[in-house]
Amino acid sequence: MSGVDRLNVPEFERPIVELEMKIESRRMDLAEEKDQARAKDIQAEIADLEKDLRKLMDSVFEKLDPWDRVQLSRHPNRPLTSDYVAGLFDDFQELKGDRSYKDDPAILCGFGTLEGRKVMVMGHRKGKTLKERLECNFGCAHPEGYRKALRKMKLAEKFGLPIVSFINTPGAYPGIEAEERGQSHAIAENIREMSNLKVPIITLTIGEGGSGGALGIGVGDRYLIMENAYYSVISPEGCAAILWHDAKKAADAARVLRLTPNDLIELGIMDEIVPEPYGGAHRDPRKAMEIVKAALLRHLGELTSLGVDELLESRYQRLRGMGKYIEVAA
Amino acid sequence: MTWDSSRKRGATDGLWMKCTSCEAMVYKKVVEEQHHVCPECGFHFRISSKQRVQYLLDEGTFKPLFENLESTDPLNFKGKKSYREKLQQAQKQTGNREAAVFGTGQIMGKDVVFGVIDANFIMGSMGSVVGEKLARGAEHALKHNMPYIVVSGSGGGARMEEGILSLFQMAKSSAAIKRLQDAGGLYVAVLTNATMGGSMASWAALGDVTIAEPQALLGFAGPRVIAQTVRQELPAGFQTSEFLLERGFVDQVCPRKDLRQRLASIIRYCCKDVAAFRKSGARHTAKISVPAAAKAAAAK
Ligand SMILES: [Zn+2]
Repeated sequence: MSGVDRLNVPEFERPIVELEMKIESRRMDLAEEKDQARAKDIQAEIADLEKDLRKLMDSVFEKLDPWDRVQLSRHPNRPLTSDYVAGLFDDFQELKGDRSYKDDPAILCGFGTLEGRKVMVMGHRKGKTLKERLECNFGCAHPEGYRKALRKMKLAEKFGLPIVSFINTPGAYPGIEAEERGQSHAIAENIREMSNLKVPIITLTIGEGGSGGALGIGVGDRYLIMENAYYSVISPEGCAAILWHDAKKAADAARVLRLTPNDLIELGIMDEIVPEPYGGAHRDPRKAMEIVKAALLRHLGELTSLGVDELLESRYQRLRGMGKYIEVAA
Repeated sequence: MTWDSSRKRGATDGLWMKCTSCEAMVYKKVVEEQHHVCPECGFHFRISSKQRVQYLLDEGTFKPLFENLESTDPLNFKGKKSYREKLQQAQKQTGNREAAVFGTGQIMGKDVVFGVIDANFIMGSMGSVVGEKLARGAEHALKHNMPYIVVSGSGGGARMEEGILSLFQMAKSSAAIKRLQDAGGLYVAVLTNATMGGSMASWAALGDVTIAEPQALLGFAGPRVIAQTVRQELPAGFQTSEFLLERGFVDQVCPRKDLRQRLASIIRYCCKDVAAFRKSGARHTAKISVPAAAKAAAAK
């Protein structure tokens, strides 16, 4: 398995990875072992190790803490927008540029075909290699990224293509130039226009749903989130810095913020959790693709059967229902 | 969650107060006479929602709307202080139930739906109630064919203590404003110190016309976060009203004393005379949906 990062895995996953590596090395020993009796011993040993592995995985993955999920959402081997685009869509035609300032690689847009269904795909792009990651600012878009996305969404509206949006960003880029070019205005405009765009919009949070930067391509008819993703008003690190002046208490903040998929369903924000392969999407990306594909097709099917008025009215009512408050007697 | 602490409301001591911007000792009475603006440097001090109503609306015309909306603690949020404690403290300090104070009134004889986000209430941050009032205000303006004026003082952005619910108020408020604007209604955003984060990146940025008070801090990311990220000093005047004006993100920077007149003019250009309009019958028949889902969601 080339290109798999085994060094930067979350702390809780480390014993699992170490055991897996041990099993792998014993398998290699087995392949080279000529002596039958000794080979049998190694086989038995591997079987035991695999049993241990299963037990270990069960004990780790059965009780994931909110902070564990945040770490999984940022896992170095986790499938990214570019993986889903490459793995799910035929005839992908990338469409670049905001026609105003420049192309922002931190947001990927283009035509794509999902099982024969023509759609506009977009999503935050984090990058695979270090070079790509730097180009994409680690998935933090600038205003031109949001403006590019809006342009492509309008294009989709014009030609009646549903939109599939993959959300995966720590947040919109907090920089001097981003402010100078109107980060707030770019995000605000996207949010406003998406609330009334006349084609179906499915949003799927595949990793990090980082605040306004996520919402900037994240308003639509369906709010789906993967099992090991999160969505939050502020990063756990940022929250910890405000509450306890200590970014290292991010784990505590993650618990306070109620940012896990289950919390988000309970709070009436997300519609559906898309399950992941055992132990997370990175442990079986191909299976993750299949599950995502099935979910997208099902929702596309439902949404494309609605008339525009019905679509927009229910999108509006869905947003209007978000929030919790009480109405006290005057 | 951003607020430049050096620019808070002036520290007061008896008859005199020290300007937090130029540090001059100024006579309080003079400051009050000048709409709470520093007579020395022109810095606009933070004012209460009550004072805002007094400065902008015709005397005695303000009639509150949606007053009975109150925040709960949907996350059971426990920071240093619990969210409930924070709310109670803010309520006591401001005399308001929430940061958003909305109602109808008149600006130089013109009917408006008017809202102000009081920066003194948990930094004017936007939780479910603020978002709901912003949306209802837009719906009310649409239904009654009135211009919609919102004065922001929302340095806190989306309210952290309501987590994801706060974040999606950005979408809720923007969607309602979109309906108003698409139906031909006027929405004016008046930006005051400070308006940041989730507030600036939604309703505060969406005015048909946008007017900012001088020297207000307006932006997406907080200056400290930016400085930490880019590891360089921020340029002078960064994220001020004047900075946004120069870069094309607001229409005007207007001193507080002229705001009322300015708003009246804009309304005159963008809206038919409301009284004449009422006589002539409805111009448009935009569909208003009763926020049934909103009511259902309100029940905790
Ligand atoms: Zn001064």
